[in-house]
This record gives sequence, structure tokens and C-alpha cells, in this order.
Amino acid sequence: MSHAPQRRWYLPVGLTAALVILPLSVLVLSWHSIDMQIWSHLLDTQMRRLLGNTLTLVAGVGLGVTVLGVSLAWLTTLCEFPGRRWLDWALMLPFAIPAYVLAFVFVGLLDFAGPVQSALREVFGPMRLPRVRSTGGVIIVLVLVFYPYVYLLARSAFLAQGKGLMEAARVLGLTPLQAFWRVALPMARPAIGAGVALALMETLADFGAVAVFNFDTFTTAIYKTWYGFFSLSSAAQLASLLLLFVMLVLYAERRARGAGRTGNERARVQPLYRLRGVKALAASSWCVLVFACAFVIPLLQLLAWFWQRGRHDLDERYLGLVTHTVSLGLGAAVITVSVALVLAFARRQAPTSAIRSGVALANLGYALPGSVLAVSLMLAFSYLDNQLVIPLSQWLGGAGKPLLLGSLWALLLAYLVRFMAVAYGPLESTLARIRPSLPEASRSLGVGGVKLLRRVYLPLLLPGTLSAALLVFVDVIKEMPATLLMRPFGWDTLAVRVFEMTSEGEWARASLPALTLVAVGLVPVIGLIRRSARSLGQGH
Amino acid sequence: MLSRKPLLAALALVLFGGTAQAADEVVVYSSRIDELIKPVFDAYTAETGVKVKFITDKEAPLMQRIKAEGQNGVADLLLTVDAGNLWQAEQMGILQPIKSAVIDQNIPAQYRASSHDWTGLSLRARTIVYATDRVKPEELSTYEALADKHWEGRLCLRTAKKVYNQSLTATLIENHGPAKTEEIVKGWVDNLSTDVFSDDNAVLQAIAAGQCDVGVVNTYYFGRMHKADPKLPLKLFWPNQGDRGVHVNLSGIGLTKHAPHPEAAIKLVEWMTGEQAQKLFADLNQEFPANPKVKPSDEVAAWGEFKADSIPVEVAGKRQAEAIRLMDRAGWN
Repeated sequence: MSHAPQRRWYLPVGLTAALVILPLSVLVLSWHSIDMQIWSHLLDTQMRRLLGNTLTLVAGVGLGVTVLGVSLAWLTTLCEFPGRRWLDWALMLPFAIPAYVLAFVFVGLLDFAGPVQSALREVFGPMRLPRVRSTGGVIIVLVLVFYPYVYLLARSAFLAQGKGLMEAARVLGLTPLQAFWRVALPMARPAIGAGVALALMETLADFGAVAVFNFDTFTTAIYKTWYGFFSLSSAAQLASLLLLFVMLVLYAERRARGAGRTGNERARVQPLYRLRGVKALAASSWCVLVFACAFVIPLLQLLAWFWQRGRHDLDERYLGLVTHTVSLGLGAAVITVSVALVLAFARRQAPTSAIRSGVALANLGYALPGSVLAVSLMLAFSYLDNQLVIPLSQWLGGAGKPLLLGSLWALLLAYLVRFMAVAYGPLESTLARIRPSLPEASRSLGVGGVKLLRRVYLPLLLPGTLSAALLVFVDVIKEMPATLLMRPFGWDTLAVRVFEMTSEGEWARASLPALTLVAVGLVPVIGLIRRSARSLGQGH
Repeated sequence: MLSRKPLLAALALVLFGGTAQAADEVVVYSSRIDELIKPVFDAYTAETGVKVKFITDKEAPLMQRIKAEGQNGVADLLLTVDAGNLWQAEQMGILQPIKSAVIDQNIPAQYRASSHDWTGLSLRARTIVYATDRVKPEELSTYEALADKHWEGRLCLRTAKKVYNQSLTATLIENHGPAKTEEIVKGWVDNLSTDVFSDDNAVLQAIAAGQCDVGVVNTYYFGRMHKADPKLPLKLFWPNQGDRGVHVNLSGIGLTKHAPHPEAAIKLVEWMTGEQAQKLFADLNQEFPANPKVKPSDEVAAWGEFKADSIPVEVAGKRQAEAIRLMDRAGWN
């Protein structure tokens, strides 16, 4: 039996979990009838290729983000080489670039008809180059987009390992490489695993980028079943299978994480290894190469397109688009982070199995392809509207109009369901770093309740809360399917405009909304960087 | 409990009252993007004072939303591209017949649903485009002939996931039966010079850049690109002029079953089929007006006259699923 103070967490956790159960139950209910014609067609002609493509993509992106994220984090936190200071933060900037934007920039720039190959043909005559729209191409794009998850988490893990440990390894005669393999990497494994898991969930849910490459995955099959066969139930069945697969990935990540703990030493301010000569050159070039490919080159291409075509579309309506985008991002960030904070506290104060499952459930929304989540929520909301809200409002003498669907609230709730995991992760780990002895000591000194929250928890939680809010903000402004389906009239955002342009294949003109989106997204990313630089400067 | 009711009612008024809709407005769910419809709606508002509210998304989500909202729906009209989508909307039972002599007079029966559930507004041909420096028009004849060995490694196509290609294949099935059609589609796939593209613009660019020599695209994509770059080394070809004609599809509009403002909505549709709106609507996207009294834009008129396939466009919807399965089997991704 749980104690009374624990029980008060049940209501908020239960409500949040229920919000996620809404779309999930739509998926489960879809199984009540099975369209054999569609399924036998999928199994006979499509499934083998789709699964093969999906697994290749997952393996490739998983390997890629690990190698990129870990190597870059190791170099920028433990070594000193020319350019390290600015590369340390610059390597986080690609966070602001949506996957679908990098995909269309990459294809537009490098495909046969693009400027690079055209120029090469101009100079060298006809030539055969590797195919751009290929498995390798799509993996490279997704790795460049998603590596910052691993980089960010591995970087803070390496920083938290403190100087004592690495110096001990050095004193014991380990070379830098040995110290990396035998000390730093095993200790950072939970953080790296969490980053890879986020990257893989994004990969499995991605539709925008793979659609540009016309690379068929399990997710594209979900869309095709819905948009082509118009069988939403078969699409939902496929989506629930995808969700099972994602849960497997998450479970594996939890298992692999083991009982890893972050050290609680003083953070290092000075780098440990000073690289010289060829090594320093190699380190600089590797970091610059990644930064150039993931950020500088795409940005330059967007600017070039903007100059050619996009600038002619710039009008006062962009002010409205930016306002809508920012308002939705801020609103969703505040709501999502507040709820995530409650969940994280619940998990800490009342770690019963019910609370733990409730919290785990509340985090599942991130794993669903955006459009599937959006339509499931839309169906659930309209069901509630029709069965509950409208009869109730009529009984009360109201207008008897739907309240949820088409309202700002429905959209913000959709963001909450989708991005809970993004906010919860950083908050949970920040909270875990506050030792239980601290609030206990405060209580013994007579500081409790609201005062305890205000004077002890909030100051300690502020950094984690801010980064959670920033991550949610950036994700929300990039979000497309739920925004398209559930936005209130007149609430067009930058992502909506990108969708409209790319759906017509007008990539050059999509540069204007895409560039604006990146600019809006960069503000919080830079904020994140400044904050992490400052906390480092203070030496924790 | 009862004494609380006025308070709750006041609360309800605050919460629910605001969403009641004004009478002189029409709500449209549109899969045509903002810039291709907003000028039309703005012109209507300027002329009549009736406000038009709309959101854009893909067809399937919009149709699902209309279905889910049911009798509490807020949308009056569904505006989509491709007859296949309109046919699906009809099958889902989310539309109702529009009875209007004005529309029947403005738009030929071939471009309206036999059930009167929807009407076409503009037409686009899905036709052959070729590189003027590498292909002589005499080499081209029909869609079917693109499967000949002659075009091996010279053909570019868009993905089969796009409804335009599904509709084209559906009409081929209607004409030739599934076995022959699968042979033709396999022939196209064998002739591809590179993986299929995600959009028609990319097909046009690939032909212009020399990656392939011929392709199949919707006319307005060519129109837009040609208008931006008159020196484009591409030309349209009208196939099958000796038999059934060029495959034509449309963009159309239907009245939702539970439209809150049906009269205002029908007035808007009537106006949209009229001469002034047809000109505006079709010219925005270099399409052919569905109203035969209205002349196409100069760009469109310059492509010349052609014989269009007179097959009812509904066939695209009826055979869509069959067409997708066939394209999957033939390896058109």
C-alpha cells in the first residue's frame, strides 16, 4: 500500500498518462477489423524491402550518430586544439535545422541537376558520380541532423566525469585512447545510450526527410496505406507495430544503461590533452568538416535560394507566421515542461510501480510518427467533443459547439503528448543530481512545502528546466503534421509554409520559411550554449 | 447542485460561446496551398463581403477530420486536387449533392461527379515532356510507347506514391485491363534512367540537366518553370492523339454533408465556377479553366490545342487501390 503523501501524485500522473492513452487506444482499437487485401499485398510485395530499408537506416544512423557524437564530444571536452573553443558550441547549432530542411537542401545541392554536379559537368564533361538519393545519402543526412542529441548528452557526461578520474587514469599509465575506452566511455554509456535512443526514435518517426529521398521505410508505408489506400485502420495497425518496435529499442536502452551513475566531482575547466601537429590538425579538420556539412553549407544554400527566389515572397505576413510559430513554441514549452516537472517529482517522491508505469507511458508519444499521433489525437478529441463536450455545453445552455478540436488547447495538448519525453529527460537527470539529503536537511531546518520548492528546488532545477524548455521550443516550431491538422483557423506557422512550398516541389522558395525557422530556432540553441558555457565557467 | 447551474452556464458561455460561427462566412478545408487559393477567396470577400476561412493540409487528414467532426463539423467545403481524392471523399460519405443550375451550366458533366457531390474547378493534363535537344517529337506517340526499348535509360518518373501517377495508371487499367497495364508499367520502370523523384519539378530539372530525355508531368509544373525561365530546353508533347487522348485530371470542390452554412457555401462554389473566378483560379497555377467559356492564360494557350481523354475522371478513384497494388508489383516505388 502506498502512503498518503505518495497517493497525491497519482492524479496528475494518471491524467497525463490518460492523455497519451487516448491516441494509443485509437491505435489498439484499429485492430478490430483487418483488411486482408491490403495486408496480404503488403506482406507479399512490400514488407521485406520496407523492413530491410528500415533496419539498414536504424543501424546506419545509430552507428553514425554514435561515432560523430562521441568523437566530437570527446575532442571538444578533453582535448585542446585550434578552434576548440568555438567548435565546442558551434557543433550544437545543427539542432536548429529540421531534418526535412537538410534533406531538401542536400538533394537540391548535390543531385544530378543541382549546382555542384552541373558545375562539375561544365568543367570536366559528362561523368558518373555516386547516387545522391540513395541509402547512404539518407543515412548521412539523418546522422548530420540527429548527432547533436548524442553530442550534447555525451559532452555533459564527459564534463561531469571530472578531472580526478582522468588524471588517475593517466597516472596509472593509460594512454589517452585507453583512458577513453576503459574509463570515460563506459562511464558515459548511459548518456550516450539516451542520446542514441532519441536519435533512433526520431529516425523511425521521420517522414519528411525520407520522403525527399523517396526512401521507403516502415513509416512511409504507414502514410501510403492511409493516403493511397485510404485505409486509416490499416495505417494505424502498421503504426502500432512500429510502436512495439520502438518500445523494444527503449527497453534495450534501459537494460544497456544498467546502473551507471554520473560522477559528482568538480567539473574540469582545463582540457586534459593538448594536441599538437598532425593530431591537432586532424581534430580541427574533423570538427570543422562536421560543422560545415551539418550547418554552414546548408545555411549558405538556403541563403542562395533565398536570394534567387525566396526574397520575392517576403511580405508582412511573415511577421504573423513568426509570431504564431513563437507563441506556439513558448506556450507548448511552458505547459510541457510544467507537466514534465510534476512527473519527474512524482517519480522521485513516489517511485511506486504504478507511478513508474504512468511516467513511462506519458513519455511514449515521442516515438510515434507525427502524423499518426496527430490523427489519433484528432480522432480522440473529436470523439470527446461529440460525446462529452457538446452534450455538456448544450445542457448548460452553451452554444453546443466543439471545444477541443480546432482550438489552441487541442494543439498544445498534442505538442505535450508528442514532446513530453524531450522535456522529461533533462528534468529527470537534473532532479537526480539533487541528493535526497538536501531537502531533508532543509526540512529539519524548518523549510518545507512551497518554501522548500522555491528556495531549494527551483534554483537547483532552473538550468535543467531551461534546457528542457528550449528543446521543446525548438522541436515544436519544427513540428509539421500535428500543426497542419490541428491548428486553429489563421494560425499558419513557418513549418506550415515550408510544407506548402515543398509539397509543390518549390524547394528554392521554401528557403524563406526554412531560413526563418532556422533563425527562430537558433535563438534558443544559442541560449542553451551560453548557459552551458556559463555554468562551466563557474566550475559548477 | 441546482443553484450552481447559472454559474456553470456563465462559465459555459465564456468557454463555448466564443466558438459560435457568424452567418456570413464560409469555411473551407483545402489541400490546395494558401497561395493558390487565397487570392480567389480574397476576391470573393471583396465582392460580396462574405468571409472565407480556410486551413490547408493533405487530403487524407482533412477528410478524416470532416468525418470525425461529423454533424458538429465546422467545414462547409472540401477543396482538393485530383479526382481520385474527391471520389474517396464521396465514398466516405462526407459530402452531399450540390443542386445548382449555375454550376451545371458552367462546368461540363464530364468534370463533375455523377452524384453531384463535387465539381471540378480547374483541369491539368498529365502529359509527356521531352528535351528539345535530344528528342524529336516524331519519336513520341503514346504513354504506352514509353515502355519501348527505344527509351531504355532515358525515362524519368515521379514516385508512384503521388496520386497523379495512381490516377494515370488507373485510367490505363480501365483501357487495357490489368495484365497489359502491368506490362506497360514494368516497361516504364525498366526504362528509368535513375530512381524515381519525389516531385514533378525534380523530373523537369533532371530532363533539363540531361539525366534523362523524357518524363511524365502535370502541365502546370512545366508552366511555372517555363514562365520563370523561358529558355527552358523542354517541351510538352500531347500523346495518344490518335486514340483516347491526353490524361486529364482536375482540382475540385465538394459540399460537406454537415456544412453549417450550405447556402453561403453553394453561392461561393457557383461564383468559383463563373468566368471571373475561373480565370483567376486557373491562372494562379497555369491550369486549364474547367469552365469552357473561359480562355486559359497566354502561357497555357501557347502549348496548343489537344484532344483530352474523355473517360470520366471518377475512374481514377474507383481503380486507385488496384493501381497502387499494380505499381507496387511492377517495382514503381
